[in-house]
Amino acid sequence: MSATRAAAPPRTPAPDAGPGPAGGRRVPTLLRHLAVAAVAALLLTAVSYGLDPFRNFQLATVAAYLCATAGLTVLTGLNGQLSLGHGALMATGAYTVAFCQTAFLDAGLTGGWWLALSLAAAVLAALAVGAVVGVAAARLRGPYLAGVTLAVAVVVPALTVTFDGVFNGEQGLSVPVEPPPAGLGPYFPYERWQLWVAAAATLLALVLLANLVRSRYGRTFRAVRDDEVAARLAGIHVARTQVLAFVVSAAGAGLGGALLAVLAQSVSPGAFSLTLSLFLLMAVVIGGLGSLAGALWGAVLLVVLPDLTHTLTEQFTLSPAVAQRMEGNLPLAIFGVTLIVVMIAAPGGVQGLLARLGRALAARLPGRRRS
Amino acid sequence: MDRFVFLTLDGLSRGAVYAAFALALVLIWRAARIVNFAQGAMAVATAYVAYSVSAATGSYWLGFLAALAAGLLLGAAVDLAVMRFVDHRSPLNPVIVALGLVLLIQAVLGMVYGNEFLPAEAPFSRSALTVAGVAVLSPYDLFAFAAVGVVVVGLAWIFTRTAVGLRMRAAAFAPEVSRLLGVNVGGMLTLGWALASGVGALAGMLVIPTELGLHPHAMDLVFVSAFTAAVVGGLDSPPGAVVGGLAVGLLLSYVSGYAGSDLTPLAVLVLLLAVLLVRPGGLFAPVAARRV
Amino acid sequence: MSGDDLLVVRGLVAGYGAAPVLHGVDLTVPAGTIAAVVGANGAGKTTLLRALSGMLRPLAGRVALAGDDLRGVPVEQLVRRGMAHVPEGRGVVGELTVDENLRLGGLWRRDRADATRALDEVYQLFEPLARRRRHLGHQLSGGERQMLALGRALVGRPRLLLLDEPSLGLAPRVVAQTMALLRQLREATGLTVLLVEQNVRSALSVADQGVVMALGRVVSTAPAARLRDDDDLRHAYLGF
Repeated sequence: MSATRAAAPPRTPAPDAGPGPAGGRRVPTLLRHLAVAAVAALLLTAVSYGLDPFRNFQLATVAAYLCATAGLTVLTGLNGQLSLGHGALMATGAYTVAFCQTAFLDAGLTGGWWLALSLAAAVLAALAVGAVVGVAAARLRGPYLAGVTLAVAVVVPALTVTFDGVFNGEQGLSVPVEPPPAGLGPYFPYERWQLWVAAAATLLALVLLANLVRSRYGRTFRAVRDDEVAARLAGIHVARTQVLAFVVSAAGAGLGGALLAVLAQSVSPGAFSLTLSLFLLMAVVIGGLGSLAGALWGAVLLVVLPDLTHTLTEQFTLSPAVAQRMEGNLPLAIFGVTLIVVMIAAPGGVQGLLARLGRALAARLPGRRRS
Repeated sequence: MDRFVFLTLDGLSRGAVYAAFALALVLIWRAARIVNFAQGAMAVATAYVAYSVSAATGSYWLGFLAALAAGLLLGAAVDLAVMRFVDHRSPLNPVIVALGLVLLIQAVLGMVYGNEFLPAEAPFSRSALTVAGVAVLSPYDLFAFAAVGVVVVGLAWIFTRTAVGLRMRAAAFAPEVSRLLGVNVGGMLTLGWALASGVGALAGMLVIPTELGLHPHAMDLVFVSAFTAAVVGGLDSPPGAVVGGLAVGLLLSYVSGYAGSDLTPLAVLVLLLAVLLVRPGGLFAPVAARRV
Repeated sequence: MSGDDLLVVRGLVAGYGAAPVLHGVDLTVPAGTIAAVVGANGAGKTTLLRALSGMLRPLAGRVALAGDDLRGVPVEQLVRRGMAHVPEGRGVVGELTVDENLRLGGLWRRDRADATRALDEVYQLFEPLARRRRHLGHQLSGGERQMLALGRALVGRPRLLLLDEPSLGLAPRVVAQTMALLRQLREATGLTVLLVEQNVRSALSVADQGVVMALGRVVSTAPAARLRDDDDLRHAYLGF
């Protein structure tokens, strides 16, 4: 993807590529995305020093969710396939990381790079499962696809109980993770290190996804979403495209699940229930289907909203039992209502609203950027 | 052999409940082209209504009736308050909205009743009667059969023999033409939602006492099984839903009886995938329908 | 405008989305007459019928049926006011039987006895339908569907019948029969018909009044016989 492409205007917020004369050369897509990622990495590093450990951990969690929501955005938003089973794909990644890390520890292999290898293995495992589900999914449409992926979301966590010799049932497995490298000093906060790890993996994944979205493949994804028949007539292999989208998406979910497991240092089926799958879908819908920036909004929401409701319930003096019920369920209720309202009132999601706002502002400022 | 007989009868009684639930899905699919993914959560909500009414009055049957009434109302409310406003041009939209309802309903139930299992009462004994030394059905199973039978026959009568049934079918098949002929299509749609949700409530009332108890997520796996039943029978076919429900019930009974109950979720998934990949329109569809 | 005008349309503007297809249509159909709307493809004939029967919400203008303004009357109420619309493609419900399709046409009626009587009359009028009562709509031939759609409208004993392209896809003999039937119904029951047709000759052969539409407007209204016979008019508006 080295050639400069004159494609649709970028949906991801890109840095100003320089006003340049009309028709001037554009910065190659990959370079632009790398530049954004580098800026984001610098910002995050700076921010990680300014925030307390808990906020660092929360940001790391956002990063982990972002992998999954970005993956789901590619699938649902760009390719038009609905998956209610991404929680199960995240579980695949999470359990793989648990197995790998334990195996490395048992073999006496220490050092930071083994974690990277575990994460890569998690991505591969999710990729393989995604390929299997994707091949089935490519033959299914609308509610049928939703039903199958729903079944995957319900059944796969139950398998950990069925085969509890391997997965240790409801208890789950622990994920041994090494402390920060000694080179960072003895007092380096662990949460900051977690953020660095999660952010690095996520930024890498996002650069790859962003490039894919802007590439020839991204366009075939969208073509298939918009009109399968037309796409087929245009020479696109529809089924292959759908499987590819599913595989890419599964890889994102697998990485997200693996990062969550690394952050929590444990993995259990309860963390990857049907509700998680619905959360992911909600995050993608609310963020704005079809935009990677929307996936970011969704991931932020997944972390911030429960935190907000926690703060909210603390405002009222409730009995401990009631408070516990509220805390567990209020975010769910808010997610549910938001999902319904957004679907009815603003199908473009947060990113759609922002884009509209942006266009309105741009219209007020003549002479500035065109898009 | 005795075990086989027992498992078969047990499977059929389970299957009857799946059949009712699948029928509820098929009713809404036919009326509105929506697979109601919130059906399970809605049924659980009505079971909680029954729980509260029974607790307050001390009568199982008042609770039972309250659940059915709540089912009818909830179905109508979901249509009038939510689904009516959803843009149906993309099939994703109603599915996503239904999932939002799942989150909302389960959360509200959790807030009101807590996320612990509550005991679900059965109105008849659940221990199997023995005939000639062979364990067969329990009185409760017979009750479930009878209840589902009444509903199936009642629905068939409504749809094929009554004016309102004719209106509902016409409104589903050809909404524009039906309006020209004086049919209140929106009203028929709401009625369809109410009926389906009432049937779902009945299925929930029947199935929950046979499982772990009342819980906001009590119907998650039941929903998957019933969806599989509906797909096996073909989403467009009410008789198919009944047959599909019985088939899924049998399969689950055999799997859990011969291979272990832990494997039933996997068996459902495999069956669902197998049917969809081999006959996407269901076993009763004349041609494999593939909606784009 | 006499009190005998069953349908009066003034300044009707309607269309799909923001762009109107009809740009102010004026039209009057006296009771007990047959009016044929003719014109080229895209003149707005079908849109006119859809706007009249409320399937398309008019953007402006007035439609009155027997002196009653129809503004804000829901589509499903129009049949109760005596308007029956047989849509383009005829709208036979393929999944229902012939009998169910016909009964559907009279379900709204309070007078059940007369609804049953009307059903029997339709079966007498269309012999082939009586033989195929239990067949599904999609099993019928084109001609039978035409009968079914027309019959279903008649079960409601309408005062005004809106017919969209009844000749579409039918053999000339069947078209002739349909047109003759309209004439017969008009004589027997005083039925008023607004007929939209591509088949100008057969439409004008049965109609009392010819309404020529072009580009979303009525460009000429004349007795059907004059339109049929006056070469200049025909050349000017119909191009043959």
